[in-house]
Amino acid sequence: MTTAPSLEISGLAYAYPDGHQALFGVDLTVGRGERVALLGPNGAGKTTLVLHLNGILAGGVGSVTVAGLPVEKRNFAEVRRRVGIVFQDPDDQLFMPTVREDVAFGPAAAGLRGAELEERVQGALEQVGMAGFADRPPHHLSFGQRRRVAVATVLAMRPEILVLDEPSSNLDPASRRELADVLRSLDVTVLMVTHDLPYALELCPRAVILSEGVIAADGRTQDLLCDEPLMRSHRLELPFGFDPRSVHVA
Amino acid sequence: MGAGHAHKLYRHGHSPVHRLPPHCKLAAAFAFVLVVVSTPREAVWAFGLYAVLVAGVAAVARIPAGFLLRRLVIEVPFVAFAVLMPFVAQGERVDVLGMSLSVSGLWGAWNVLAKGTLGVAASVLLASTTELRALLLGLQRLKLPPMLVQIASFMIRYGDVVTDELRRMSIARRSRGFEARGVRHWGVLAKTAGALFIRSYERGERVYLAMVSRGYAGSMPVIDEVTATRTQWAYAAVLPVTALAVCLMGWTL
Repeated sequence: MTTAPSLEISGLAYAYPDGHQALFGVDLTVGRGERVALLGPNGAGKTTLVLHLNGILAGGVGSVTVAGLPVEKRNFAEVRRRVGIVFQDPDDQLFMPTVREDVAFGPAAAGLRGAELEERVQGALEQVGMAGFADRPPHHLSFGQRRRVAVATVLAMRPEILVLDEPSSNLDPASRRELADVLRSLDVTVLMVTHDLPYALELCPRAVILSEGVIAADGRTQDLLCDEPLMRSHRLELPFGFDPRSVHVA
Repeated sequence: MGAGHAHKLYRHGHSPVHRLPPHCKLAAAFAFVLVVVSTPREAVWAFGLYAVLVAGVAAVARIPAGFLLRRLVIEVPFVAFAVLMPFVAQGERVDVLGMSLSVSGLWGAWNVLAKGTLGVAASVLLASTTELRALLLGLQRLKLPPMLVQIASFMIRYGDVVTDELRRMSIARRSRGFEARGVRHWGVLAKTAGALFIRSYERGERVYLAMVSRGYAGSMPVIDEVTATRTQWAYAAVLPVTALAVCLMGWTL
């Protein structure tokens, strides 16, 4: 097992081909087993940053390494196995005709077959509490179930780091809680991109604020959320009636 | 919400026909259609025998005649052309019910009608005894170009998603007081179609990102492989081989 941090980003800058610059030198290190929330207003560059983690976007300045492996073209296959991105819309993530085939897609693309593949699929579905739904088509599931299957599709690849884009969006409170239980039960590094500040506080001991293409703050989630001037200056607002001071977090 | 496992063309069952591997059934149905279209149209009795064969398969598959006949209605727009042929074709003419009809046109109409109906009947039987998903696996097994199988597979997965999007757009239009009445509103409908196209295109991009993120590099990994034994192939061959015998008799008698 490697002792390198799960994710190491240094000096990452990127401009889109149309000239719009989204990232201006991002430095971020996420240790093994950490759960980190990536907060930031719309347009801060969060999605751009996420797409750099597995080399979908590249060509700017700076470097990204995943558990010691640089994100470069020759490593893409392994990097994409190590970085599991769960996209916001489960209908984009789940593109196969049945849940089972969808969860099998990643490991099968990596060359797994037969009983080993079956075991991987079952294991991943059990981790998210969806083992009984393997043969259903994704569009027959509820939104919350689809989101959990989407998590299973990347868990099946045994990722080094799980990257979640707005995991709580469009979920009703019960599904939201179920997903939180699943995420807490996993033994994996998590980077969670979100606007849902209470959810970040609930699940991630550490948070970073990405604002105007740079990491503007990095610290304990509770400390950041309690720092009103900091929050205001980055267009981050707590929901009405929510006081992060009143919450006891481990 | 019909696609996937409970598609309306599929009729759930456990007959011997249902149990045959999908690629055997596909090959059998295709061979049967080939044999039917290569039968001389003058051998009218041969088409009667083919119909009996199809009815026999339907009986083994426990597909009720009513179900099969209702599905056959799909061919009506396509055979409408055949009805015109006796009126417009040239050549020797014959009087039927006071109308002067072309003899070669009548034979042509019969030819299209008989062969079309048998082909559609075989396809309906195939679709009602084979799940869509299995059909795709069968096509994959028969070495259809993978790109075509992938396109078909995405159609099944996203057909409902896109229909749902269309429905939501229609609700949004009606909620703002729009009802499509007549030609003047076609512009709005055209814009809806355009918007839907752009949305689907963008979804396509996002789906592709999700695929690449999970290791897609141009070809779909084979997750399920369908296999068939010699016995299963032999069962599937019964229909086309019998039909071939009929066809040969049609040419020689």
